[in-house]
Amino acid sequence: MTDFSNQPESANTIHTGVAARRRLKARYRSEWIFKTLSFSAIGVSIAFLLFLFTTIFVQGWPAFTYNFVQLPLELNETTIGNQNGISPESIHNADYDAIVRTAIRAQFPQVSGRSAKRALSGLVSPGAPVLLREALIEDPEQLNGQKPLSLPLSDFADLYLKGQISHSEYRTGTAPVNIEASSGNFQISGTALLSALKNFTNPALQGAQQENSAFNAGIALDRDMPSILFYANGGVLKLETLGPGFASARALLPLTLTKNPEVVDWQIRLIEVPEANRNFSDQEIVWTDALVERQLVQSQFNTLFFTKGASREPEMAGILGAVVGTALTLIVTLSLSFPLGVAAAVYLEEFAPRNRWTALVEVNINNLAAVPSIVFGLLGLAVFLTFFGMPRSAPLVGGMVLALMTLPTIIIASRAALRAVPPSIREAALGIGASKMQVVLHHVLPLAMPGILTGTIIGMAQALGETAPLLMIGMVAFVVDIPGGFTDPATVLPVQIFMWADFPEPAFQQRTSAAIMVLLAFLVAMNALAVVLRKQFERRW
Amino acid sequence: MLDVNTFPAPERLAGLSKVPCASAAPVPETGVKPKISARDVCVFYSGKQALFDVDLDVMPNEVLSLIGPSGCGKSSLLRCFNRMNDTIDVCAVTGTITLDGQDIYDRSIDVVELRARVGMVFQKPNPFPKSIFENVAYGPRIHGMTKDKQELEELVVASLKRAGLFDEVANRLEDSGTSLSGGQQQRLCIARAIATQPEILLMDEPASALDPIATSIIEELIDELRENYAIVIVTHSMQQAARVSQKTAFFHMGKLIEKGDTEQIFTNPVDSKTQDYITGRIG
Repeated sequence: MTDFSNQPESANTIHTGVAARRRLKARYRSEWIFKTLSFSAIGVSIAFLLFLFTTIFVQGWPAFTYNFVQLPLELNETTIGNQNGISPESIHNADYDAIVRTAIRAQFPQVSGRSAKRALSGLVSPGAPVLLREALIEDPEQLNGQKPLSLPLSDFADLYLKGQISHSEYRTGTAPVNIEASSGNFQISGTALLSALKNFTNPALQGAQQENSAFNAGIALDRDMPSILFYANGGVLKLETLGPGFASARALLPLTLTKNPEVVDWQIRLIEVPEANRNFSDQEIVWTDALVERQLVQSQFNTLFFTKGASREPEMAGILGAVVGTALTLIVTLSLSFPLGVAAAVYLEEFAPRNRWTALVEVNINNLAAVPSIVFGLLGLAVFLTFFGMPRSAPLVGGMVLALMTLPTIIIASRAALRAVPPSIREAALGIGASKMQVVLHHVLPLAMPGILTGTIIGMAQALGETAPLLMIGMVAFVVDIPGGFTDPATVLPVQIFMWADFPEPAFQQRTSAAIMVLLAFLVAMNALAVVLRKQFERRW
Repeated sequence: MLDVNTFPAPERLAGLSKVPCASAAPVPETGVKPKISARDVCVFYSGKQALFDVDLDVMPNEVLSLIGPSGCGKSSLLRCFNRMNDTIDVCAVTGTITLDGQDIYDRSIDVVELRARVGMVFQKPNPFPKSIFENVAYGPRIHGMTKDKQELEELVVASLKRAGLFDEVANRLEDSGTSLSGGQQQRLCIARAIATQPEILLMDEPASALDPIATSIIEELIDELRENYAIVIVTHSMQQAARVSQKTAFFHMGKLIEKGDTEQIFTNPVDSKTQDYITGRIG
């Protein structure tokens, strides 16, 4: 027997003494610290995740709607037809650029000068004529003009209407001011205008006022200053110089005076971002506003984004090409890696003898799982493209490369799942005379299936998000057409996101976020399918 | 009297009329041939010998119980009878085991067929995670024993009835086999084993995880099954061995120490180790 009297604590206080209490307290403290740390870790991850999703959502959401304009189009024998009248051929060959150009110019007949006309035509997307032609080829009935045809605005006009070009402030005049027209310019005089201008809390404007109180020496509102627009009599003026008690301005939309000079009621608008810092001029803003006022502009669900392939024009760029490419690629990946992976796992786990060769295979599979994905891309380039001469940029090759990449993941997960099936089930089946194959197919595999599916979905999610190996086999190509088969040139969602993120246009930045949302939706759909399948296979023990 | 411990490698006698272990009276020569007979059976795990030169016969319509302390090799022997040891990579078996005079370790023997003829019930109830019906129907189905669905259903019901389970599960045959209680699960496993209509039933401590009531049900069942099968049962419970078996074999340290009629083993053991074991002094 051990002599407890030599111990610092006597036998009867070993679990109740002061030291024991202290030990117990220390144990609880370390538990508390661990719990707090884990809890805060979860909190921080959730916060980051929320932040990420909010950013993507806020940025990407506007891309799901788009502003379309319904212009009265001249679709008749002279514009569409040729010498033989209107025929499918003439519909095919008509000059839709001219039709769209004429239609938008008809809205603002006063516009003159080449550059002004070009700027006006630019309000409608360069893709509009293409869409118009497609629509007419598909349904020539629309020539009757029964159904109004919607054409997309340019990307900047759309951004402006979504409020993403600049913030604006409006002030309504408290007292009428005097306007005098002289040689194309306008002189506005009245103290009400001055006080309204002082009312704006714009730093650039206030800075200019401090240097030059009451505009005594005059302030030039150049391209680096905020723009001030003056609305009266249905016309729009842009203030160019501010002087003591007067302002000179030029017309952006014609302003008609019943007499000269005339006292009018008015409104002014401050556009905070200077014209030099935006890609959408005051003139274009005024035109767009006029189109909206004439109720020609409609914000619609952005079908183009979901029905088009890649394009240099952000408004014409869609995600469908990449979604179809991704789906085709993943179909190839799944149909190669799942059967191969499960078969390999079943063989290694259930049939293979335990010797140095299987050990070697095992080590190599584990190592393959850790190989950087770009290496698989190089392998695909060297073997599939160069050696076997398979087509570049094809979902078939992309899927094969991704299958190579996901195979180790699936094999490792499947082996773990097979190993987790209790041996008693195997013994039970063997004991009543099932062959080894029957044991595996009837009992072990169904029971391991949930685990195998989990591994597969992890592998597929990895493949879904993979960019690097696909770059190597040319799936980064600019593909306008929606891929129709496994050998058509295609790109995939992550590559599309990568390419859009590279474009400078702000409208592409929106589409990047929107594409990320589509990618996440794709992932969620895939996982949901896997969960459903899992539920099918799951059995109560 | 022959003590195997003092003679680790007993001389094998030709004709096998004398067995190298203690026996009060040699099995009288009746006209009945043994169902299974094991001769010089040794079992090795990774080269380590677990069973030493066992000679044992299993007679038809007889329950043979194998008793002995844990790790004495009785389960290893049982698993030799239907070659379940094949599934263990490191396990090697030497000697001969014959079923109806045919060597079951012979190349010409199909292990699937053997296991269909020699059914097994395991220590832990291990129903398939499928319906009760499917559990029982699985064996007949893979062996193609029935012609149609109706015949299969009849066989399943008959098997469940023989295992004494049918009344309890009659109206929930589609429930999962794993939803049953432990005793019911074990009877389901027995029903599953007898549904393939084996000739011999091996039972590896079938009642070790069960309460006394479930145990007694299974013991009654074993007694009934004896009419049709030869049964080998491994058990840790001496009372159980005494209750259900006609023959008993006592193992110790991998050696067959004594075998004979159950009554004789429990009332008048020849070997002192058997005496010690059944009186609770060793094991």
